[in-house]
Amino acid sequence: MSSTIREADVGSSKVTPLPARAAANTAVPLDHRVARNPGMKLDLGFMESVRSVNRSALERRVASLTKRRSIKADNQAAWLLRAVACMDLTTLNSNDTEERVRRLCAKAINPFRRDIVEGLGISGETIRPAAVCVYHPFVATAVDALRGTGIHVAAVSTAFPHGLTPLSTRLQEIEASVRDGADEIDVVIPRGLVFGAKWRELYNEIVSMRAACGDAHLKVILGTGDLATLRNVMLASMVAMMAGADFIKTSTGKESVNATLPVGLAMVRAIRAYFEETGYLIGFKPAGGISTAKASLDWLVLMKEELGRPWLEPDLFRFGASSLLTDIERQLEHHLTGHYSANHRHAMA
Amino acid sequence: MNILDRYHAMEYGPAPEARNEADAWLAARDFGKALFIGGDWKAASGGKTFETSEPSSGKLLAKVSDASAADIDAAVAAATKALPKWSAASGYQRAKVLYAIGRAMQRHQRLFAVLETIDNGKPIRESRDIDVPLAIRHFIHHAGWAQALDKDFPGHKGVGVVGQIIPWNFPLLMLAWKIAPALAAGCTVVLKPAEFTPLTAILFAEICERAGVPKGVVNIVQGGPEAGVAIVNHPGIQKIAFTGSSEVGKIIRKATAGSGKKLSLELGGKSAFIVFEDADLDSAVEGLVDGIWFNQGQVCCAGSRLLVQEGIADALIAKVKTRMSRLRVGSPLDKNTDIGPLVDLTQLDRVKGLVAEGARQGAVCWQPDAALPSSGYYHLPTLATGVSPANILAQEEVFGPVLATMTFRNTEEAIELANNTRYGLAASVWSENVNLALHVAPQLKAGVVWVNGTNMFDAACGFGGYRESGFGREGGREGMFEYLTAKLPLGPIIKPATTSAQPVEQADGSAIDRTAKLFIGGKQVRPDGNYSLAIATAKGKLAGEVGLGSRKDIRDAVSAARACKAWPEATAYNRSQVLYYLAENLSGRAGEFTARLTGLTGATPKAAREEVEQSIERLFLYAGLADKFEGRVHQPPARAVTLALHEPVGVVGIVAPDTSPLLGLISLVAPALAMGNTVVAVPSERYPLLATDLYQVIEYSDIPAGAINIVTGRSAELAGVLAKHDDVDGLWVFADAETCAKAEAESIGNLKRVWSGNGRGLDWASDEAAGDAFLRRAVEVKNVWVPYGD
Repeated sequence: MSSTIREADVGSSKVTPLPARAAANTAVPLDHRVARNPGMKLDLGFMESVRSVNRSALERRVASLTKRRSIKADNQAAWLLRAVACMDLTTLNSNDTEERVRRLCAKAINPFRRDIVEGLGISGETIRPAAVCVYHPFVATAVDALRGTGIHVAAVSTAFPHGLTPLSTRLQEIEASVRDGADEIDVVIPRGLVFGAKWRELYNEIVSMRAACGDAHLKVILGTGDLATLRNVMLASMVAMMAGADFIKTSTGKESVNATLPVGLAMVRAIRAYFEETGYLIGFKPAGGISTAKASLDWLVLMKEELGRPWLEPDLFRFGASSLLTDIERQLEHHLTGHYSANHRHAMA
Repeated sequence: MNILDRYHAMEYGPAPEARNEADAWLAARDFGKALFIGGDWKAASGGKTFETSEPSSGKLLAKVSDASAADIDAAVAAATKALPKWSAASGYQRAKVLYAIGRAMQRHQRLFAVLETIDNGKPIRESRDIDVPLAIRHFIHHAGWAQALDKDFPGHKGVGVVGQIIPWNFPLLMLAWKIAPALAAGCTVVLKPAEFTPLTAILFAEICERAGVPKGVVNIVQGGPEAGVAIVNHPGIQKIAFTGSSEVGKIIRKATAGSGKKLSLELGGKSAFIVFEDADLDSAVEGLVDGIWFNQGQVCCAGSRLLVQEGIADALIAKVKTRMSRLRVGSPLDKNTDIGPLVDLTQLDRVKGLVAEGARQGAVCWQPDAALPSSGYYHLPTLATGVSPANILAQEEVFGPVLATMTFRNTEEAIELANNTRYGLAASVWSENVNLALHVAPQLKAGVVWVNGTNMFDAACGFGGYRESGFGREGGREGMFEYLTAKLPLGPIIKPATTSAQPVEQADGSAIDRTAKLFIGGKQVRPDGNYSLAIATAKGKLAGEVGLGSRKDIRDAVSAARACKAWPEATAYNRSQVLYYLAENLSGRAGEFTARLTGLTGATPKAAREEVEQSIERLFLYAGLADKFEGRVHQPPARAVTLALHEPVGVVGIVAPDTSPLLGLISLVAPALAMGNTVVAVPSERYPLLATDLYQVIEYSDIPAGAINIVTGRSAELAGVLAKHDDVDGLWVFADAETCAKAEAESIGNLKRVWSGNGRGLDWASDEAAGDAFLRRAVEVKNVWVPYGD
């Protein structure tokens, strides 16, 4: 039985595909639609079979991976555009205001200077971030600002970034954001459940969060910087997927260590194992600390090498990022002009 | 294709490494004067050249001087001339030169990498990220050894002029592995690169010129077999270091027999890659990529035999196939290439032939569906399943991107399969269970074992093989010894044994007749041929008769030694106590042995007593050292420990001298036993009764059956039998020059480790005829790499 990663066969699936939504980016020529992960029963035996994660070997893999692939010239420009299309443009600061969020949305709608769009010859398509990601109080503002664009609104939720409030409170928070129009919900897990190996409790919590989301996408943030081992990352990823996560996400951006490639490798391998077991494609979102164009290429290479082309689309891959967009703009300008650019030459969010 | 097309395609596209600097370098050289001898660039004396071409296109790169025997003479003369000053230079001075070489190489890293890729065909990612940085690391690391020589290797000095012959698979890296320790040790060098890949050695010679390497210290002679033969046979060379095929290694072993040249051989392999059911399978798959698909599989230590536990075999093979289909085969200068061309058409034909033969013998050979470039010597990565141990793909070194797969049921069978080979270079063990991994590693007959990794190398860690993968180590402290000689107190020249010592007078008949037998497998046995050899006293009387051992007795003794597991598996403390007990028991019979010595050799009672006492002292010494001659923990620049374990060589044949017949025998047998070897000893031909007396002491000293076996008879004949026995791992011969040379020459069946006195004995009574120099020969150094982190 080949384990080659295939696209899920939506036709024969009893599971409802993700709700039809206007795409943020035009004309995505995908020959697949992602069937929504229905989850599965908590299978501790399956978890046991994936618990072998060798940190040194993963570190060696990512170290050579980023050296094995090099993306140059027009391909590099195309890949950087892809990074933008797979971006959750994010602001998660305690001093956020509605005006700040409106600015961010404006940037998402119109990410590139006109000369760059024309120079790259991409005016025939809309290429812009897939979503804007905010705290709950700004969901309505963002929904309003982004209405009609197809750009999704993601809300961080469930007592982000720590997850340490009563479950009922956290579920109400999800429901409130969904009511306000968020169609993607980024939830956090209480990390203590992982340390205590309380897999059943973690599973049950995520199952209720998924129920609270309704049609909204569920992204489960593991807080990998807190989880100590890649084995914990693998096991927590697996529980999240079994409980019905649409995406698994590395970090809140608030841990001392954010998205690292070894952590990402462990998570994408978890996604592959889940796919091989169930046939469902789960999305991946690295977040936190990804701020350079070069780093975004490394992540895209990781996805292509370990999971394949389907995971280079915004329905299966997102960057959680804030300053990354500006660095990509600078690189694109350099690609066009041969001049190194400066931040102030590009509109801020 | 516009940017939007590319945005949808999301392909890597070409990422060519610029080659203009390398092409400019090529264009500016006169390769007809490519011999770097005595600091000058010379044409071959016969004016001959050979061609080197680009494996990715077949295009001619250069016509390079082809050294003749006369050129080798000139190079050896230059090295000899430079030797006194270089070897007398302070460690600091030599360190500065090594450091300068390393730094200068760093400044020209990319040129080295691009040239290597153009000449060899290896992907630029590998030459850039692995070969060249590691080569530089060797020079900088060995600068330190140059300065630490006096402190760390007391009593040692550089071996002299060394001849080095290197292969084409890692041209610059193998050069570094050879030259760096030689220079650190104060040796001067004549090095011959491979004909397929001469270029980076030429650039290296230019670096030497600029880095202030004194003229004649490094001589680089380009050439083919004629030059190689001239180096191997040159009387002005004191050591040969060779990396290449086992076939050529054996020819070199034979050619240098009796010459007194020190020899290190790093040869072929068929290394096992063992995946247990609790391994991180995805990581094991990446290990295979770094193992068998590194440098197109043209790697002596490539993990070419995948041994996978039955329960996970299907899952792992599926993952391997998926991964193989993502390997990119293409131009080696493209940064996105994983697999480049093989080095030459002959190599491609050889690999294709082996794959076809393997398929004929029942292997199922699978290749990913990928297009090959239209020119160049490319071979797709190949997975062979259904491979039986008898299949040619499981037996022969393919030296190509071909992985042979077998399954095993349990740990014991994994080890058995892994060791079911004539080779013994490297092995990988994949398991998340450290108990299992460290249980398996010591049982693998391989000089390097990687736990949850593969193809890890470092200048601080030893690399080299067991069995027919050669002997000697490169890298680390153990590698330095290959370029050093220890001062041992020489004894007299040993003359060939004659039968002139036949007794002329019979015994007086007053004592009860005693039959001295052979001692095999813990039992006294009669010789298979049932002939005896009369032994005379010093006065020519009949002292007794010993069994005339034959090849069959050696066969039985080797079987017994091989079957003895109790001794090598005993703790060092246990061996220590047994050897102490042997000393204690010998001491209890000191008077008897003194009388025997006096009677046989005519030594004065005082001298004989002294030899017996020294023998006891020496047993005591090795009993005490049994648990002290330990390995090391190396520190490679990675989050890993490398355990340099001292393991017994295995079954060691010992042909003991006539001089100091008791002390000589014990001086050799005791260190071998102390390190856990099992021994087949051929005692002095003239005075074997000491050994037959000794087995009585051995019998009640708790030494396990088969740990020591004694076969009396004709030394020269029995030495030859031991040399030709392919289950003998080591052979120590202190006999006449002809016997020693013959033993070396005939050792090539399994490339056993031979230590011969070259016709000289040692001054056995000297305190310097004991200690580390002996223990070092009694062990193999196995480097076990254990990366860690959770």
